[in-house]
Amino acid sequence: MTAPCNDSAQKGETMEDYNFAYLDEQTKRMIRRAVLKGLAIPGYQVPFASREMPMPYGWGTGGVQVSAATLTPDDTLKVIDQGADDTTNAVSIRKFFERTAGVATTEATAQATVIQTRHRIPEAALTEDQILIYQVPIPEPLRFLEPRETETRKMHSLEEYGLMHVKLYEDISQHGAIATSYAYPVKVEDRYVMDPSPIPKFDNPKLSDCPAIQLFGAGREQRIYALPPYTRVESLDFEDHPFDPSKADHPCDLCGAEDSYLDEVITDDAGTRMFVCSDTDYCRARRAAGHMGARGVPFEEGAA
Amino acid sequence: MQTQALEGGFADVAVDSAQAFRAAMVALARPGRLSEVTGAAPPAPLSPAAGALVLTLCDPDTAVHLAGAHDCAQVRDWITFHAGAPLTEAARADFAIGTWPALQPLEAYATGTAEYPDRSATLIVEVDRLAAEGAVLRGPGIDGTARLSLPETAAFRANAGRFPLGLDFFFSCGNRLAALPRTTQVEDS
Repeated sequence: MTAPCNDSAQKGETMEDYNFAYLDEQTKRMIRRAVLKGLAIPGYQVPFASREMPMPYGWGTGGVQVSAATLTPDDTLKVIDQGADDTTNAVSIRKFFERTAGVATTEATAQATVIQTRHRIPEAALTEDQILIYQVPIPEPLRFLEPRETETRKMHSLEEYGLMHVKLYEDISQHGAIATSYAYPVKVEDRYVMDPSPIPKFDNPKLSDCPAIQLFGAGREQRIYALPPYTRVESLDFEDHPFDPSKADHPCDLCGAEDSYLDEVITDDAGTRMFVCSDTDYCRARRAAGHMGARGVPFEEGAA
Repeated sequence: MQTQALEGGFADVAVDSAQAFRAAMVALARPGRLSEVTGAAPPAPLSPAAGALVLTLCDPDTAVHLAGAHDCAQVRDWITFHAGAPLTEAARADFAIGTWPALQPLEAYATGTAEYPDRSATLIVEVDRLAAEGAVLRGPGIDGTARLSLPETAAFRANAGRFPLGLDFFFSCGNRLAALPRTTQVEDS
């Protein structure tokens, strides 16, 4: 597939029945104020009045609302779901903004100015000209340890994060290592403990000192938070059990990449499996450049 | 109300405010970075940049405080007509607009609570000169250091010292703006 895919975003097909980027202006102002306070207090969850969107909660309504409030007509949007540009969720959201905002879309990370993501950070390094918007299911990192919002809010205000360290310690005592492999908690600028959304912990180091603006939207839980560029983000760990951003110990079977996060794909009933890049654009670009993995085939333009 | 108050709003509200918000967000996310905003033509002494911020961020849900010379009939009418924002005193303001001397004392503004530090005022400071020189800035959003012409430094150091509570600042000059969130550490040059 070629990179730009804005064929359905021709001028005539943009929906004129809705305001630019679907949301009304007062809703956008409310979201924009929350985004600004989020950037001013990195890692702190700003409450916002999340709206009903034309998709169910859990399908990225938080990210969609933040994207709607952030997009300008000049932007080029990329949407990924677990690293893939071609899954249902990513395609639906991309088409949603093609039709309601008329923005250009792309699958190439380098060409995008706004990237909405579900549970991955692209493999390609982000730049200062990009904004990464995360879809977040449960924004509160302490929620599974303390169900009451009144208490977790107090814990954040008092910087009382002992419970989280106990949880990581219990991982070690039961499994011999910190077993948390995604939504791995981080501390932002030595103050707020933050849920990085369910990205694999492999992606955690990319959160820190990132040149791009990172925004997080949780629609059902009605929270927005943010990381300005070049913000220090540390994954929680212990001196004797340092953070380990692990991945499957295998190269990509399609493009041979040793440094990318891999999905394990079961290919038949006999348990045969292959490991492939979760970032489809990264894998495609590598194959187009001539790289080939153990079970790859030569790259053809237009092939999957 | 004079008809002057009816003019000077965004021509294309959705697009102009999206572009103004991008300028404001980039400014706040990258302290010291100057952004340009266009589209608003508010009455003096409100600058076009400050006017664009009002049109982009203020509405009936946000209380606005006008300080000093900005608290005049033309500006009041313009904000009331275009944003519908209630005008109020400093202590209740979500946004405050004025020159640096007129906005004093900073103690008057809400800095948020320990559990909700976002419930704090944003000050839009009208300045005569805005340049990437002068005080040295460090902190989130800045790769190493940045510089910004600030009216003073002590007040911003005290503000940063109260983190996560504090005020956030936009500086507007003509159609340019810059910002200083509470996270930025400020030193004299």
